[in-house]
Amino acid sequence: MDLDPDDIFKDDEDDPDNDLEKASTKEFVVYLVDASPKMFSTTFQGEDQKDETPFHAAVSCISQSLKTQIINNSNDEVAICFFNTREKKNLQDLNGVFVFNVAEREYLDRPTARLIKEFDRIEELFMKEIGSQYGIMSGSRENSLYNALWAAQALLRKGSAKTADKRILLFTNEDDPFGSITGATKMDMTRTTLQRAKDTQDLGISIELLPLSCPDEEFNVSAFYADLIGLEGDDLALFMPSVGDKLTDMKNQLRKRMFKKRVVRRITFSIVKGLSIELNTYALIRPTVPGTITWLDSITNLPLKTERSFICADTGALVQPTKRFHPYKNKNVKFTTEELSEVKRISTGHLRLLGFKPLSCLKDYHNLRPSTFVFPTDKEVVGSTCIFIALHRSMLRLKRFAVAFYGGSAHPQLVALVAQDEIIAGGVQVEPPGMHMIYLPYSDDIRHIEELHSDITVPTPRATDDQIKKATALMRRIDLKDFSVCQFANPALQRHYAVLQALALEEDEMPEIKDETLPDEEGMARPGVVNALEEFKKSVYGENYNEEDEGHGKASDASKKRKAVAENAVKESAKYDWADLADNGRLKDLTTVELKYYLTAHNLAVGGKKEVLISRILTHMGK
Amino acid sequence: MARNKEALLLLLDVSPSMHTFLPEVEKLCSMLLQKKLIYSKNDEVGIVLFGTEDTNNELTKEVGGYEHVVVLRHIKVVDGDLVEALQQLPRGTVAGDFLDAIVVGMDMLIKKFGSTNKGKKRLCLITSALCPIKDPYEGTKEDQIGTIAEQMSAHGMKLECIVARGRLSGNVDMRIMDENDLLLKLFSTKTTAKTLYVETPTSLLGALRTRSIAPVTIFRGDLELSPKMRIKVWVYKKTAEERFPTLKQYSDQAPPTDKFATHEVKVDFEYKSVEESSKVVPPEQRIKGYRYGPQVIPISSAEWEAVKFKPEKGVKLLGFTDASNVMRHYYMHDVNIFIAEPSNTKAMLAVSALARAMKEMNKVAILRCVWRQGQGSVVIGILTPNVSDKDDIPDSFYFNVLPYAEDVREFQFPSFSNLPASWQPNEEQQEAADNLVKMLDLAPSGSKETLLPDLTPNPVLERFYRHLELKSKHPDAAVPPLDESLKKITEPDPKLLSQNKPIIDAFRRRFELKENPKLKKSTRRLLRERPSGLNEEASMGDGSDGQAIKSIENTSTVGVEKIGDSTPIQDFEAMMSCRDSPEWVGKAINEMKNKIFDLVEDSYEGDNYLKALEYLVALRKGCVLEQEPKQFNDFLHHLYKYCEKHNLNSFCESLASKEIMLINKTEAADSEVTEDEARSLMVKKEPKLE
Repeated sequence: MDLDPDDIFKDDEDDPDNDLEKASTKEFVVYLVDASPKMFSTTFQGEDQKDETPFHAAVSCISQSLKTQIINNSNDEVAICFFNTREKKNLQDLNGVFVFNVAEREYLDRPTARLIKEFDRIEELFMKEIGSQYGIMSGSRENSLYNALWAAQALLRKGSAKTADKRILLFTNEDDPFGSITGATKMDMTRTTLQRAKDTQDLGISIELLPLSCPDEEFNVSAFYADLIGLEGDDLALFMPSVGDKLTDMKNQLRKRMFKKRVVRRITFSIVKGLSIELNTYALIRPTVPGTITWLDSITNLPLKTERSFICADTGALVQPTKRFHPYKNKNVKFTTEELSEVKRISTGHLRLLGFKPLSCLKDYHNLRPSTFVFPTDKEVVGSTCIFIALHRSMLRLKRFAVAFYGGSAHPQLVALVAQDEIIAGGVQVEPPGMHMIYLPYSDDIRHIEELHSDITVPTPRATDDQIKKATALMRRIDLKDFSVCQFANPALQRHYAVLQALALEEDEMPEIKDETLPDEEGMARPGVVNALEEFKKSVYGENYNEEDEGHGKASDASKKRKAVAENAVKESAKYDWADLADNGRLKDLTTVELKYYLTAHNLAVGGKKEVLISRILTHMGK
Repeated sequence: MARNKEALLLLLDVSPSMHTFLPEVEKLCSMLLQKKLIYSKNDEVGIVLFGTEDTNNELTKEVGGYEHVVVLRHIKVVDGDLVEALQQLPRGTVAGDFLDAIVVGMDMLIKKFGSTNKGKKRLCLITSALCPIKDPYEGTKEDQIGTIAEQMSAHGMKLECIVARGRLSGNVDMRIMDENDLLLKLFSTKTTAKTLYVETPTSLLGALRTRSIAPVTIFRGDLELSPKMRIKVWVYKKTAEERFPTLKQYSDQAPPTDKFATHEVKVDFEYKSVEESSKVVPPEQRIKGYRYGPQVIPISSAEWEAVKFKPEKGVKLLGFTDASNVMRHYYMHDVNIFIAEPSNTKAMLAVSALARAMKEMNKVAILRCVWRQGQGSVVIGILTPNVSDKDDIPDSFYFNVLPYAEDVREFQFPSFSNLPASWQPNEEQQEAADNLVKMLDLAPSGSKETLLPDLTPNPVLERFYRHLELKSKHPDAAVPPLDESLKKITEPDPKLLSQNKPIIDAFRRRFELKENPKLKKSTRRLLRERPSGLNEEASMGDGSDGQAIKSIENTSTVGVEKIGDSTPIQDFEAMMSCRDSPEWVGKAINEMKNKIFDLVEDSYEGDNYLKALEYLVALRKGCVLEQEPKQFNDFLHHLYKYCEKHNLNSFCESLASKEIMLINKTEAADSEVTEDEARSLMVKKEPKLE
């Protein structure tokens, strides 16, 4: 059996790539953009209050969305399709429909850097290469909207509706596409188009409308589109106000790698003898890293693979080591891989309940790694959820947490199971119900730093009540009322993504990323805050306090001494005519102590033998 | 190296009151020395015992007194002999006077080092502190402690006392105990000393930091409340996982005669193009690439350096917030501690004021930290107060990293109230759960909290170092079983269980669990941990239940094809007696083996053992009848090994009690096992099974 000896030291749970590979469901999106002349003529008020054409608004929204998507869910597939165009390009050769694409890519495919880059320039080339033209005119039987829906549906034929989430996003500013025609033709065209849309939806494809209304003329959803996307009653009333948010959301999404919900591991939790329930564990909080590094050959830019070989340090022969050793008592004590994993196997691999403690026993320093979330499952053992809910309730009510031993092979460890009640805010689940498994340290992992500098000869300073009161006042001033964990984006990671995008799209400028983590300088400069700070400062530091002078009494003895030595060296060094000594080769007649005067005075290293010192002096003098 | 060299004197109480704890004292101290042997080879250690029958120390010769104190080993550089000496401590017979021991120890340290090595001399006292302390010749005991403490401070010695007392029995003199506690407390007010009380052998094992790591600051500088108000702080790690030691790979290529062979293995990496595997690319020609959609974008490290995020070093306050705004499970890392710059009284006052105000108002602070200049990332974290209740320890803060928006995965879970009614506990069940949570108490009032992380040793490391010591003597030594005192960490305390038996029984009665009948067995077994090498064998036994039932129905015509779950013994016998093909016997034996093995493996606390034993008897009978002793004997050996490995001792015991043993020569001529040997399998295993 080919067992990688390193494997037993690995913690499979911490491997971030595991999650990515398991992502099974994808999203297929067709962006359907109206390109009729109306999209270019009227103005649309963008978020920065600048007037722009609706077409521009739609295109920039899609472009932003693609740039986010390529990082968040790079396995999702997209197609961009214009309708009401002069030229046509689509599988069915339908009039007035143009599918935008770039080389090395199918119509519906994963977004590529090239797609994004060329799409960014679409507005320059649009008129020339694709052209805008009303597709629905009285007199002709052409129905470009019908054609567009049909083309989009054809694009989304790929993949089954079970594994993929299929959507059509429709951008338009024409609320009544058949307004220009009248009579039976209009009826007929409306009917066929709606039927087309219904057929599409029956195939499991959802159609979403993103209307771009003009400032002077509200987009009237009821005119036509309400029927097409199936809006009724309350939804209809709520639809228009929500559109603005939708567009902004699409543009300003955080670049964040999305993870599919996945069970990390299914574990058995044995509660009492003969009663074990099944739990699923999930990683809800894990540090996100900037993606895996693929090593490339810098000349060809082709990916590299790494081959590892083991070489005996004594003979140089290739070996396949099966044993490991630890030096002990001047001997090498050898262990086999099996023995090592045996040493680590101290429990059955299950989670075993040991007892309960009040929540106050869980100290702030009892933490080692991000917690793991556990949720019951009845998949294998029927009745698990019932027991779990009962314990969950009791623990919440009695304010207790469970102590259990989690005997996995990689990290057998004591854990605290802290019950978390469900929290719903604004209709959204903020905290799921379940328990969080917090990994507890062992005594070997805890350091007694507090005692490190304790000194019984001087009394330990303790704040007076007045000082505490001043601190309290300060705290009231600088209160983050609605602070929520994870309200910040990681500036380093966002920067990484931005740089990656700039390089991939060969943008000239490096984008600036706003660092949200910096303190709120404006808020801190408010007089109330400044005063409270000043009061507190005066109370603990006293008047006329200079921070730099304090606390360097004992701690900087060494640096004082160094300073004195340096000063002395400068003085001593001045007594010699170094240039003369060097020219006449008489440096070697001096003692190393004397040589070091020069070196110290000029801030050079003083280590090494005499010859080294001399050559260092000569180098410094430029000789 | 030599600068951090420490001199340690172990003062061990071996008087009768300590006897129950002595096995753990032996383990704790030898672990300490073992780690010194590995990580700080130049440290010096001496051992002094007290409460012994005899007396052997220099002071008694010089000035008299100091009876029942024995210097077991003089101070010397750590070596195997010291470890050896600690593995079997003599049991003393008389009461021990810890004060005498401290004086003897102090005298040894002074004679050896004088006033040099300040701060690196340590006395470690492990005692029950239950025996009376003799009155000094002049003055009071308190005065005597004062003198000793003064001497200790003058010579820069530290004192660490571990007081081990189990549940106190009736015959303890409370007066003496209280006096001793007072005396020990006196030390900590007069010199650098600390006292730790432990109740269980398990916590005794965790009471001493066995590996000394010189603490290093990760940040020294300002905690910036605002640009105008700063506090000088030092930041250290408060918790850091002590990892399993990394073992080097061993090469046995060097000839045995080569005394200077390192036996090390070098790992060589070669980089080859995926497409053209013959060409080797030198490491410096490589460039890092990151995925962007389907493509990989190369970014050289120089390029990266120029554009990457470069925050300024510093720790800045963002604000305070209610402690309830940050839930405990959001803590991302191991813990840091912020202390005021040592000997900077003003900074200490500021820290103390903030910490106490935070605690009073139940607030926490949110900080933005960049520990080092040039670091490529910032962390947002939470600062919580750590208000000290000891006079000589200043107040401080704990710090933990909080997740960024990118680090949180918003998975949705069903509300418990939306789950089907059959999954909701009824009132009686809820009551049973309440009782369990209330009574299975690890921190009962009036008694010490058990399994306190600060006093719980890492059982894996304990086991590894013990195995290392065993192996250094016998290279083939088997992995030692987990100690009883360490089992208290991995398994529930039997005492606690038996105390709460009615509650546990009630809980068990109220809830019913059953395996999901719809689930195929094959999917289930993938999830179980399985010893390597058995996969093949076991997968053969993957008969789904449905098939098995069908086979029973067809018994009349075709005969039994598989061993089902309902009447396995009958099925087995039927298969064994099938005469139409010789394959049946082998198949039957194999299937039965799997069945037994599955039972043992899946058994929880022995609930399947009886069945397994029944089957085993049947298998044995069949093997004797068919003269297949080897099949059975090998399997029994295998089963033994498995049980031993997984601490399923009780199964082996029940084997012995049922007298299921190897098939011997008299039963089957092919067997290589004599009757005596067959019996001895049990006997030989017995002591190991303890």
